[in-house]
Amino acid sequence: MNKYKRITLDGLIFQNPTFMLVLGTCPTLGLISSAMSAAGMGLTVVVILTLSNILISLMRKLIPNEVRIPCYIVIIATLVTLARMFLEKFVPDLYDSLGGFLALIVVNCIILGRAEAFANKHNVLESAVDGLATGMGFTCALTLMGIICEFIGKGSVFGLHIMDFKVGMFATPAGSFLVYGMCIALFTYVINLFERSKRVKANKLARENLLREAD
Amino acid sequence: MATFIAIILSAVLTDNFITVKTYGICPFLGVSKKTSSAVGMGVAVTLVMLIATLVTFPVYWYVMKPLGIDFLEIIFFIFIIASIVQMLEKIIQKISPSLYNTMGIYLPLITTNCAVLGVTELFLNDLSLPGDIVLDSATMNLGWAALYALFAGIGFTLVMVIMSGMREKLNYYKTPKAISGFPIAMVTACFICMAFMVFKSITIGG
Repeated sequence: MNKYKRITLDGLIFQNPTFMLVLGTCPTLGLISSAMSAAGMGLTVVVILTLSNILISLMRKLIPNEVRIPCYIVIIATLVTLARMFLEKFVPDLYDSLGGFLALIVVNCIILGRAEAFANKHNVLESAVDGLATGMGFTCALTLMGIICEFIGKGSVFGLHIMDFKVGMFATPAGSFLVYGMCIALFTYVINLFERSKRVKANKLARENLLREAD
Repeated sequence: MATFIAIILSAVLTDNFITVKTYGICPFLGVSKKTSSAVGMGVAVTLVMLIATLVTFPVYWYVMKPLGIDFLEIIFFIFIIASIVQMLEKIIQKISPSLYNTMGIYLPLITTNCAVLGVTELFLNDLSLPGDIVLDSATMNLGWAALYALFAGIGFTLVMVIMSGMREKLNYYKTPKAISGFPIAMVTACFICMAFMVFKSITIGG
């Protein structure tokens, strides 16, 4: 059970694809000007990433090592095509707001990265958990930045009007870059603080043990 | 003539791939630490974008559309791009080892570059340009598409070079530990984007 907890925490926080690894930046910067499209993108990626991790993990013994990347790309491209048809039919609003970035999920480094780094070495359940956790890490990060950008840039959150004051720059790519950069800085700072306090605690414990042994 | 100028202006300035469309951010942030590598990456991306458009455009309009398999375009395009990149790498390695050393190392990275897939997907729908010119399926042809792809690549290279110049200068200044690396690069990119927002006001003709 501890293993799944570690995979989940890694995906959500310690190897968060958006803040720690800085992968999949194109859809992030393109879509965080609106919280709704950011969350929609994130959830689409969760579904595709989980399914691709499961499929690749199932086929990891069948796929020859030399041609693994083309095989992964075919699997991912098929899933993206299916997702695009599904969204066009059932959620046309989201389909329109995602625009060209829906097709570009194919070349999203997160999905290929997880396939290459995780799914081809682990069993199906672990890969599914990893896909879900990494995808949720991506979704949370995107939604958080989407809320910030939309609140400052358009004075609304998820399309709900909140205030009349707005700074238009934050609804453009320039504002997205600024918010993304500052969020990475803050996240790194907090993680560093957390790790430092853990290290301090460990050092203190070690010293106490030493003292006790000396006694 | 108006279309010609509109395509160049749109591809390089008003709809720049990095600063307006935010395609191809991974190489923009990853390979922009030195000007020489930024130029190498930019030229490689421009070349692949141009060749990919020259191949995918006819394949889509003259093969996939008549056969009714245009819904498979993502799978086809990504395969065409991957094969072009592989082929180019082999050809450059054979013809000019010195060029391979400066540019070839960036080629494998380009397969998973949004800018290349993005530019090939761009010509499947109507394309609106500054000056209220719209290229729809009747007026769009291979020449316009190739021109757009070439100048989109040039616009990409332009922003890459500006960014790498600014990052080289940034090396001389001390930044706090938390914002060094990606965050300060993104703040720099924010200023470049703000500068490019000015070009939105370009109009053509009357």
